Amino acid sequence: MAAQIVDSTDDRISRISSSIRVIPDFPKPGIMFQDITTLLLDPKAFKDTIDLFVERYKDQNINVVAGIEARGFIFGPPIALAIGAKFVPMRKPKKLPGEVISEEYSLEYGTDKMEMHVGAVKAGERALVVDDLIATGGTLSAAIRLLERVGVDVVECACVIELPELKGRDRLGDKPLFVLVS
Amino acid sequence: MFASKNGLKGDPRLEAISEAIRVVPHFPKPGIMFQDITTLLLDHKVFKYIVDIFVDRYKNMTISVVAGIEARGFMFGPSIALAIGAKFVPLRKPGKLPGKVIYQAYELEYGEDCLEMHIGAVQEGEKALVIDDVVATGGTLSAAIKLLERMGAEVVECACVVGLPELKGQSRLNGKPLYILVEPREIENCC
Repeated sequence: MAAQIVDSTDDRISRISSSIRVIPDFPKPGIMFQDITTLLLDPKAFKDTIDLFVERYKDQNINVVAGIEARGFIFGPPIALAIGAKFVPMRKPKKLPGEVISEEYSLEYGTDKMEMHVGAVKAGERALVVDDLIATGGTLSAAIRLLERVGVDVVECACVIELPELKGRDRLGDKPLFVLVS
Repeated sequence: MFASKNGLKGDPRLEAISEAIRVVPHFPKPGIMFQDITTLLLDHKVFKYIVDIFVDRYKNMTISVVAGIEARGFMFGPSIALAIGAKFVPLRKPGKLPGKVIYQAYELEYGEDCLEMHIGAVQEGEKALVIDDVVATGGTLSAAIKLLERMGAEVVECACVVGLPELKGQSRLNGKPLYILVEPREIENCC
């Protein structure tokens, strides 16, 4: 069987970065929205994205990949599948049936809530939190709190894109952040 | 329509998938026995069975688009797309997709909802799969088919993990074949 040639990390990241589309003034004036849907239209770029995360996490005994609704649901499950972990969706209120625990977090104006199923994760499990992008870090930090409340060890947060000027990294406390594109 | 009658009769993976589904009574409202597929994703082995079955079915059909319906279609679609080398196209509730979209309204039990797709996501002549976790009335899937067809794509099949009884006997939706892994799980002595 021929050996598979894998592009260098830099080449892969370069392709991933160029596949992301920026939409000005969405969802409101002044915001330059980082649209990952164009990345998903490039099968090689999408595969490279998942591969880069899998290469990082496959030997770290990760039991849980928690993905944040809704774009975290696109990246999280393929990673979970490849590393042998379970996938746990972190959802907006009232979407998950059955018993949930919830965590409030602040928005620019007001608050929102994130929910996770009771029993989805167990104390002592090692988890990754995945989303497409980190901005202020509000949703990621809510996800970390939810997991830690039930005794899970959050190993790292993983995002495709970081908006460093929003300093989301600082809101994650002692949890490390791994991103592909800054 | 159902995998067990479509080449996978007796496949133990189907039983494992069925047994991993959690039924939540009276959600989102009284009388509804909700088929909760999140428990399938908590079992890596079962999740892999689901993806493998779909990939085996679709990998040789020259499908270049997997369209997943928000939000639970997002949990299954991308893994299939990656394995068959197709692009993944999210079909979303209104206002979520940035940039130019087309939208398709569909009926709910009470009222109406709407599904959107990016303009330019699919090209004319591409072959597409639509994926969602559960099919009930087929309303959202029908809207999805229309969106893709309006952009000139050919919908090859709709694929769901669970298919509800309302569709029993109906193996096509809008004329498109429907492929379902399992029937809804029933629980005894409920309420």
